[in-house]
Amino acid sequence: MVKQWMKGLAGVAGVIGLSCSLNATAGGLSNDTVKIGVLSDMSGVYKALEGPGARLAAKMAIDDFGGTMMGKKIELISADHQNKADIGASIAREWIDSKNVDMIVGLDNSAVGLAVQGLASDKKTITMATGPATAALTEAQCSKYGIHYVYDTHALPVGTATAIVKNGGKKWFFITADYTFGHALQDSTSAVVKNLGGEVVGSVNAPLGTTDFSSYLLQAQASGADVVGLANAGQDTVNSIKQANQFRIVQSGQKLAGMLVFITDVKSMGLDIAKGLQFTTAFVWNQSDEAKKWSQRYYDQQGAMPTMVQAGVYSAVLHYLEAVKAAGTDNSDTVRKQLGEMTLNDFFVKDGKIVANGLMMHDMYLVKVKTPEESKSDWDLLEVVSRIPADQAYIPVSESACPLLK
Amino acid sequence: MVNRILFVLMLIAGLSAPFFAYPVFVMDLLCFALFACAFNLLLGYTGLLSFGHAAFFGGAAYVTGYVIKAWGFSPLVGILTGTAFTLVLGYVFGYLAIRRQGIYFAMVTLALAQIIYFMILQLPFTGGENGLQGIPRGHLFGLISLNDPLAMYYFVFSIFLIGFLIIYRTIHSPFGEVLQAIRENEPRALSLGYDVDRFKLLAFVISATLAGLAGATKAVVFQFASLTSAHWQTSGEVILMTLVGGLGTVFGPVVGALTVGALSHQLSSFGSWVQVILGVIFVICVLVFRRGIVGELERLVRKR
Amino acid sequence: MPISVILAQALLGLNVGVFYAMLSLGLAVIFGLLNIINFAHGAMYMLGAFVALIGYSYLEQWFGISAQIGFWGSLIVAPLVVGALGVLIERTMLKRLYDLDHIYGLLLTFGITLILQGLFSNYFNVAGTPYPATPDVLNGVMNLGFMYFPTYRIFAIVFSLVVCFVTWYVIEHTRLGSRLRAGVENPQLTQAFGINVPVMITLTFGFGAALAGLAGVLAAPIYSVSPLMGADLIIVVFAVVVIGGMGSIMGAILSGLALGLIEGLTKVIYPPAASTVIFFLMVLVLLFRPAGLFGKEK
Repeated sequence: MVKQWMKGLAGVAGVIGLSCSLNATAGGLSNDTVKIGVLSDMSGVYKALEGPGARLAAKMAIDDFGGTMMGKKIELISADHQNKADIGASIAREWIDSKNVDMIVGLDNSAVGLAVQGLASDKKTITMATGPATAALTEAQCSKYGIHYVYDTHALPVGTATAIVKNGGKKWFFITADYTFGHALQDSTSAVVKNLGGEVVGSVNAPLGTTDFSSYLLQAQASGADVVGLANAGQDTVNSIKQANQFRIVQSGQKLAGMLVFITDVKSMGLDIAKGLQFTTAFVWNQSDEAKKWSQRYYDQQGAMPTMVQAGVYSAVLHYLEAVKAAGTDNSDTVRKQLGEMTLNDFFVKDGKIVANGLMMHDMYLVKVKTPEESKSDWDLLEVVSRIPADQAYIPVSESACPLLK
Repeated sequence: MVNRILFVLMLIAGLSAPFFAYPVFVMDLLCFALFACAFNLLLGYTGLLSFGHAAFFGGAAYVTGYVIKAWGFSPLVGILTGTAFTLVLGYVFGYLAIRRQGIYFAMVTLALAQIIYFMILQLPFTGGENGLQGIPRGHLFGLISLNDPLAMYYFVFSIFLIGFLIIYRTIHSPFGEVLQAIRENEPRALSLGYDVDRFKLLAFVISATLAGLAGATKAVVFQFASLTSAHWQTSGEVILMTLVGGLGTVFGPVVGALTVGALSHQLSSFGSWVQVILGVIFVICVLVFRRGIVGELERLVRKR
Repeated sequence: MPISVILAQALLGLNVGVFYAMLSLGLAVIFGLLNIINFAHGAMYMLGAFVALIGYSYLEQWFGISAQIGFWGSLIVAPLVVGALGVLIERTMLKRLYDLDHIYGLLLTFGITLILQGLFSNYFNVAGTPYPATPDVLNGVMNLGFMYFPTYRIFAIVFSLVVCFVTWYVIEHTRLGSRLRAGVENPQLTQAFGINVPVMITLTFGFGAALAGLAGVLAAPIYSVSPLMGADLIIVVFAVVVIGGMGSIMGAILSGLALGLIEGLTKVIYPPAASTVIFFLMVLVLLFRPAGLFGKEK
């Protein structure tokens, strides 16, 4: 019993000691380290598009930076949020409270992304969301410390839906992943469609991780729409497109439109099923020689080419480290300010800018899946149709609904 | 006597815990400990296996979260509303489930809990897969800010103690004696003139209400109400905690919740192996260790 | 609403219904003789699907055996493997619990479920791995007039129905079945007639597990093979069993099919209720016919 009290007292002393040391290091590196946390879906629907590949990309960025910051080691930890916002938030809470994590990257699920960004913002910690899509991250729920890096629900339909509607796909039916992300993507796509004179004839919500889309697909078929819009991602997209093929949806005259498709999805569907599909992406691994070189390094360790998210993780981590170096501190306010002043350039992004609401503005690409005949190698799957300039793809900062800007 | 010593030890450990452990983690354990104690009242003392207690734990979390977040009530009012909700829900579940016995009872509660789970998933104000996020912790009695980790901790610890003492009093009252008589031999209790169904229903309602109290508190701790807490796996977890600690013992569920909680936390970096290990513990408990930790200790003490 | 849409959804509902029927049949057979509810039944179903997947894709990589078990082979191998595991579980663990409250059987099998799910989650994506070996014969599409329907799904429906009714026939109309039923009615007396009841119990458990394993193989080409595929299904099947009444084999089959249909139609009529309609029906049945539609009051 006495021992427990002693322990308690020691604890109190420890807390006081700690707070003193915190004050002492203001300006340099807190806790004498820069610690980066990769929080991602390591086991589920979105594993292939971010997951372990994101951890590798972050590690590559740290190694390329030199592994140390001002003589101190740069550390990396990672965890699986299992696509559950509460699990993600409690991991992030513990990382920040008791593991001294300075920056969290990944968050490939909009529900997790919003939860973690909100929490980290309360605790003055930078998040670089590479995986989640919802534009709310930089709009209604924007944060002083939250950065949205790769793509958002506003940018995705701009290229894809416009191209399809202009080709005559006027009547749309949506199969939507039933959570923040799916609904946000459906809303922004509908807006684009209606703007161009199209109409939305119906929609159905499918739970995240659905394996049998048959009844949703039949509803889509019965709706008489020209286009079945898939407001989902990852394995959900793969399953819905594959099963659409089984039920002859396309052969019966409807067109499928994947609003968020990754190269890993195309790979797992196969070109026979995916050929001709158009979608919007921030990055294609063979878009430039620089990108090819990095992607090959990634491929050698991961056995797959990087998705736009995984390449984005590398870019985000590298620029974060550069900002810390330039600022001479890992204090979040200073680093965030530094990031805002930088122009981002690497194999992933050209002339990217992080604006006041946390959105990283950069060009996007409308791509088309090649036919098996056009494809020259295992991963030669996509061809760039057009480039979408940043100011067309994203909501201009002047029109942002982010309360921080008011 | 032994109980009293244990109680004092628990008090000391609880009061000093936030100084040498991560407070949020300890609060999580306390919520689960209360949840397990409430569950134990039903399984350990009345002999009814509910496989649907997550509905109360999770349901209360959502009601609490909604009342605090959307209507701006204080956390205490939120928690009380959430708890009151599970009182009603517990009555409905209990009314339906006690029509069947044994395994059927378990399956019926499980199925009822699934209804709640899917309702939470689909109702417009629960946030679906997102859950309710960013529930403000607010102020206690309008004075003490619960954003302070220590204040929050002692608030949670007091709730735990209150719940614990209610259960303790229930078990050691004449009412508790009847429950145990029902557990031992239901026909006999019936023939002695007890309205067995009423006793069972009351026990169910008390257990559900306190499980709700635990869930409501957890929502305020994590500022979150999530589907996970209403999922059937959570129902399974609370059974495991109770079983490991010791069915039908006063402190068993507390020990069980600490053991299982600490174990899963320690092993969390091993991914799904946690589930495998919990499963193995489950099997071992059922096969050879049915008294649980506290049960075995009590037996040793008695032997002396 | 066009009739073709309703027909199409009904067919999909039937598709789900045959899986409910096969699983609740296995549960009912086991319950009839052992009086325990096998929570691991969903895990056995999952295991069946994984045996098929591993047999086709991973034998070489994992076990160094340069062979492949195709779909038809899996229809035999998977039930055997899963059945053997069932026998093992019954012999080594469940057997020790027969003198205790039946809820311990439920708890034990729940623990086994966690172990199996956890093990497979370590090696396979929880979102599912596609089963690559659907035979070409079944890979096509049938034009049913009102819709295109994948041939494989038709095959799965027909095949499962055959299995269900053969099982029913064996239990209700053969000598083997009559012994089994005698064992259920009065184990002591049956033993006295020289029938080895413990062996019968073991084999019955094994058979129930094998049935779940078979259902898993049939499900693999339709749904992806996932460590969690049995977890959510099994709870619905529990409700099916409560609705049907535990004692009856035919009851289990018919209520499985009917509830699959009802669920499918709910998806058209009022989609939000699709995942709960079976549970609500269960509540109704409990209120008005506590022993289940086909069950007898005990």
